[in-house]
Amino acid sequence: MLTLCDLKPGERARIESIDTREPAVQRLMVLGLVEGAEMTFLRASLGGDPLEFRLYGAAISLRREQAQRFHVRKVGHGEPG
Amino acid sequence: MASRAETAIPIEALTVTRKAVATIAVVGNPNAGKSSVFNRLTGMRQKTANYPGVTVERRTGRATFGRLPLDLIDLPGTYSLTPNSTDELIAVNVLFGRVPGTPRPDAILAVIDATRLYQGLYLLQQLAELGLPMAVALTMSDAAERAGLKIDVQRLSERLGGVAVYPVVATTGRGFGALREALAKLVETPPPGPVNAWQELRSTAERLEERFARSGAKLHRAEIERLLVDEAGAGEGGAPPLADHLRAELAAARAALFGGEPPLAAEARRRYAWIRDTLAEVQSASSPLASRTAQLVDWINRPWPSTALFVLAMFIVFQAVFAWATYFQDWIDVGMSNLGTVVAGALPEGMLSSFLVDGVIAGVGSVIVFLPQILILFLFIIVMEDTGYLARAAFLVDRAMRTVGLSGQSVIPLLSSFACAVPSIMATRVIPQRRDRIATILAAPFMTCSARLPVYALLIAAFVPSRQVGVVNLQGLVLFGLYALGIAGGIGTALLLRRSALRGENPTFILTLPEFRVPNVRTVLMKLLDRVRVFLRRAGTVIFTVAVIVWALAYFPRSEEVEQRRLEETAAAEATLEGEALEAALTDIENRAAADHLAQSWLGRAGQFVAPAFAPLGWDWRVSAAVIAGFPAREVVVAVLGTIYAVGDEADEQSLASRLRAATWPDGSPVFTLPMVLGLLVFYAWCLQCAATLAVIRRETNSWRWPLFAWAYMTTLGYTGAMLIYQIGS
Repeated sequence: MLTLCDLKPGERARIESIDTREPAVQRLMVLGLVEGAEMTFLRASLGGDPLEFRLYGAAISLRREQAQRFHVRKVGHGEPG
Repeated sequence: MASRAETAIPIEALTVTRKAVATIAVVGNPNAGKSSVFNRLTGMRQKTANYPGVTVERRTGRATFGRLPLDLIDLPGTYSLTPNSTDELIAVNVLFGRVPGTPRPDAILAVIDATRLYQGLYLLQQLAELGLPMAVALTMSDAAERAGLKIDVQRLSERLGGVAVYPVVATTGRGFGALREALAKLVETPPPGPVNAWQELRSTAERLEERFARSGAKLHRAEIERLLVDEAGAGEGGAPPLADHLRAELAAARAALFGGEPPLAAEARRRYAWIRDTLAEVQSASSPLASRTAQLVDWINRPWPSTALFVLAMFIVFQAVFAWATYFQDWIDVGMSNLGTVVAGALPEGMLSSFLVDGVIAGVGSVIVFLPQILILFLFIIVMEDTGYLARAAFLVDRAMRTVGLSGQSVIPLLSSFACAVPSIMATRVIPQRRDRIATILAAPFMTCSARLPVYALLIAAFVPSRQVGVVNLQGLVLFGLYALGIAGGIGTALLLRRSALRGENPTFILTLPEFRVPNVRTVLMKLLDRVRVFLRRAGTVIFTVAVIVWALAYFPRSEEVEQRRLEETAAAEATLEGEALEAALTDIENRAAADHLAQSWLGRAGQFVAPAFAPLGWDWRVSAAVIAGFPAREVVVAVLGTIYAVGDEADEQSLASRLRAATWPDGSPVFTLPMVLGLLVFYAWCLQCAATLAVIRRETNSWRWPLFAWAYMTTLGYTGAMLIYQIGS
């Protein structure tokens, strides 16, 4: 299954399931990365990590290490309407 | 009869009903414009102090809305009531009334960014559970409009249990009239009705609240909700300790509520489900017009343009600190030296004159002269912070910082420590993991702080030729090199620590990146003023005190013998010479007398006592004495050098720099050779000469182990570096 690491810039995806064991992942959930939320991948930083996403108006950055805990389904391009 | 009944009311009954001034807590997400709202509401009537036991800033301000005065308290920004750092913990503890000396707030002003309502609503739901009157200031409402977001304020208010919502623009003041009116009546407003985001949690907490009350544990329902969701965090956060049987009940309730799901994850899932429903109801988006600015910002945020901007920004800062500041410095220099001449001319020669001119004016003056550099540096850092650029920098360098065992979040404290390590060590509180935090704290004092600049500036101006090398100035290049040396020292230390004493898994990195924002002039100026005030307070107290003590150490004891010889030699010269030859002879006599006085003063004796230890570094006893005097606060060194080289000689027009160039060993060879100066610069780059930094490390790590280690380690490193350079260079 795809994770947040597998998107190309501009692609939008919906979070389908989350491996919630890591405390850092739970922190991200408090910031709104929960099942059903839609995120647009904006870009990777220098060296391909961390990643920057748009989440309902906010820009959030996380490392690949945590991003791979979020399983997603692509739903389109650009920001959610 | 009526008046008799009135006088029968006991006076205590009247006074206990109301506190003199009600307190409103200003709460919000980080970067939601909370401080701008707070500043606009309170103006300059602010007080900054620390919360007891921690170094989190406690900002309060008095404001009068309508007739009533109100105290506003600006709490640290937080995304939820589940604290993840000391700052957030303070915000939560104040809201629950657990901080000694800070009363539980009577009402809440929530500051929520209209463009990030999704995350704002999470905090709002939790705040609504507190049972306090609440109002919402919806900031950035102009930016939301530009982004094509329409927010139905009425519907939003209904979803939040009737909390009044006020769209505002903090930069222009739009909407503040209505907000002020609401705040005037806020304390009397009923608390919000229940927000039906998570009924099970609320009813469980209500049931436990009753059970606990019967056992004598008075806990608010909202507090119990936090204990249910965040067992570890709420436990260490100063919630009152519970009896074992109550803890067992909590655990049972937790198991029934969450099953095997991590409580934090469960809370996030429930609340954000409600938030998505709410957003669908209250917010509608039309396709935003991608403005030219937005497109430009988007392009700049790409890795390579962003890197180029980072390097450019750093380079401009360093050139500005050195090049632009010199004009202002020259004015201050001339002004101080004129003041010294005037004072010296108005007073009879002797102790008082020496004290005022060489102790007070020379000491404080030589520190104030570097104020322009500090102003420029702080201005850059504050603007970078307020535009949101510092967070961008953290994102950019996270990968690189990880190679030394730190995270991008460390870059913000480390960059701030280019101004001063003290606030930067305080700023490490944003780093959640203790190991990363301590590694960052120990790396921070290596960064070239504003107090090192005076020493660098003096020595570079005196001993490095002002020559163009390509497009850059050689002096600027040496300064750049010293900054690089500090960075290398800090990074090396972090790396070493993360591989040894602070070994552990790699830090995580979660960061919300604020949108690019044109900084608010008012906010920038207020912050600048605040930091300059802090610097001047240090210059005015610590540096002044040390300058006077050092003057006294250098002035006393006064030798009759030296004085006698000076008078005899002067008389002899006047009898045999005249004109320019006499002038020259007199100057020479004065200088030698001054040097002799110093050599047998307390400071001179101390310098001579330790000089052998510093001989491998090429330092004479004067430099040794100045360095000793500078251990409590390194910025004092310039003042001390000024005092050492100016004592006993009045109204001298020579600058300190040329005095240093003229300093010689007894055999006539210059003391300040290039290898010695470079070594001295390296010593200053690496040595921890700052009592304030040690005190703040002690406070932030809560032990003497780390400050003592930092001091010993950095002093050894500075000494070794200076010795190697001197020995190899000579």
